[in-house]
Amino acid sequence: MEALRELFRDYRFAVGFVIFLFLVVLAFLSFASPYDPIRQLQVPRDRPPSRAHILGTNSKGQDVFWEATFSIRNSLIIALIAGLVSRIVAILVGFVAGYRGGTLDRILMGLADGLLVIPLFLILVMVAMLLRGSMTLVNTGLLLAFFGWAWDARTIRSQILSLREREFTKTSVLSGNGTMSLVIREYLPFTTPLIFSTLINNIAWAIGMEIVLAILGLVRLEIPTLGTTLQWAITYQAMLLGHWWWISTPVVLTILLLVALYWLSVSVSEYLDPRMRIQRIGARS
Amino acid sequence: MRFVRDYLVPRLVQYVLVVFCGITAVFFIPRLTGQDPVLEIIAQIQAQGASLDPLAVRNLMETLKELYGLKGSLFEQYLTMWRRVFTFDFGPSFFQFPTPVAQLLRVYLPWTIGLFATSTVLSWVLGNIIGGIAGYFSGKSWSKILDAVIMVIRPIPHYIFGVVLLILFAYVWPLFPARGLSIGRGMALNLELVLAILRGSFLPALTLVILGGVVWFQQMKLLVQNVKREDFVEYARVGGVKERRVVFRYVLKNAMLPQVTQLALALGQVFSGVLIVEMVFSYPGMGLLLYRGVTRGDYNLVMGITVLSILTIATAVLLLDLLYPLLDPRIRHR
Repeated sequence: MEALRELFRDYRFAVGFVIFLFLVVLAFLSFASPYDPIRQLQVPRDRPPSRAHILGTNSKGQDVFWEATFSIRNSLIIALIAGLVSRIVAILVGFVAGYRGGTLDRILMGLADGLLVIPLFLILVMVAMLLRGSMTLVNTGLLLAFFGWAWDARTIRSQILSLREREFTKTSVLSGNGTMSLVIREYLPFTTPLIFSTLINNIAWAIGMEIVLAILGLVRLEIPTLGTTLQWAITYQAMLLGHWWWISTPVVLTILLLVALYWLSVSVSEYLDPRMRIQRIGARS
Repeated sequence: MRFVRDYLVPRLVQYVLVVFCGITAVFFIPRLTGQDPVLEIIAQIQAQGASLDPLAVRNLMETLKELYGLKGSLFEQYLTMWRRVFTFDFGPSFFQFPTPVAQLLRVYLPWTIGLFATSTVLSWVLGNIIGGIAGYFSGKSWSKILDAVIMVIRPIPHYIFGVVLLILFAYVWPLFPARGLSIGRGMALNLELVLAILRGSFLPALTLVILGGVVWFQQMKLLVQNVKREDFVEYARVGGVKERRVVFRYVLKNAMLPQVTQLALALGQVFSGVLIVEMVFSYPGMGLLLYRGVTRGDYNLVMGITVLSILTIATAVLLLDLLYPLLDPRIRHR
């Protein structure tokens, strides 16, 4: 709790947290939506914002506000699946490569480097093209997870490398602790904050990537997400026809969501960096 | 010739390895899905209402397998893939049948490379110089304001940032064309055309320069804040060297070199950004071609674009590695 109070002193954390909370509330509002998220022609089309429809209606005959609540919820679901699953891979690869070292380390890191140099985005698109019909929320999340672990595995590995050299590792090994217990009881608590900050970054990446996949028509377009909402608005020429309330809703929501996540992550990683912490304490005294 | 042995040869080996691994990945990863692009196409044709008798379907499958390079065992297919890469022959495109994919790529590639090269160089140079100066004067209020603005821009993805610029400068305040550039054959190279190209490329380039620039800005600012505290800088300042000279010749120059290495690492991501931005602005490059290929299920075309992108990125990294000794005398005189 002390840590949380310290974090809230940073305006970036406070602002990011409030925006994120606001968006999560919006996402939960979707459960109270009076409209079906998929059915079309439920309300008059192309109406600007009014009291009945606070963000207007779109050319598909849907209420923009309530569609937006669904789209935030679904985008967050995709991003969470992508983030959590790729964290598991990144932690496994990072821990094994960092702790074992040697040939296994070189092979795993070579694999991760290979994934970084080649344009991942294009291979992601190729795979999505083949899976086009079955790109539901869960599958989109899993596909993004498959491509999203490489960089973070590297980061986690270097942390483990430094932990392995510390005194307490030897103490633990010499006092007869098994590798598993050493890794879970000693290393995991040390790396948890780092893993959390990579999780936030990965979630932001997944949200951006989902948008591009949606624009390319590679996800199930009838399921509202931030990406598909934007894709429909562009398909129906919302820009040309001046339906600003429709196209700007997903754009503004995406920017809010990503800025909030980025600020949270910057704030958390600065909090974790001991050099920065010393500066902060020094500044306050 | 120690330079050749210790610096040049490893880079060339790395180049070959990156291309080899990249193309192998392009071959194997889509196969992990267990989906068959041939069946996919046939399903699409049948979904459009065409009724095909079994014999016709068999013939079609054979032809498509031939065109996609899916004939024979996995190993034979792998060899076919490499033959295609070396002869630069990716079969016919489906959305512009029967134009060969290679011919489409030849038309669109120069546009992408132009945008990629210009925006990468501009964003790197501007981002680093502005970031360096802001890092040196990190106490000043303008530096803090700039920092805050960049904190907002940094997390915005390419597509969304492009859409925002497009709405602002093509619809709300129509300074630039909304439909992008259209290219045709036999255009005379005159002033009008050059102006049209500049107008059409301005917004895509601006998106890339800003989004790329903020990354370099932040990294450089951090670097300079550290270099600034080093003894030689303090010594120069105490010794009466002019502040301008300290900033540019002492601090920036020293912090800039690691950024070249960073650029080489980031090129793959930068290139993806270029493709995405091209889609937003209908800029006639490989990104737009990719968009058309994907939306029409043109597997050959997407394959060609991916292979060519890997070659482009690997070559760009190699070029950067070869330029590096010119910038860093320590490597040249080792």
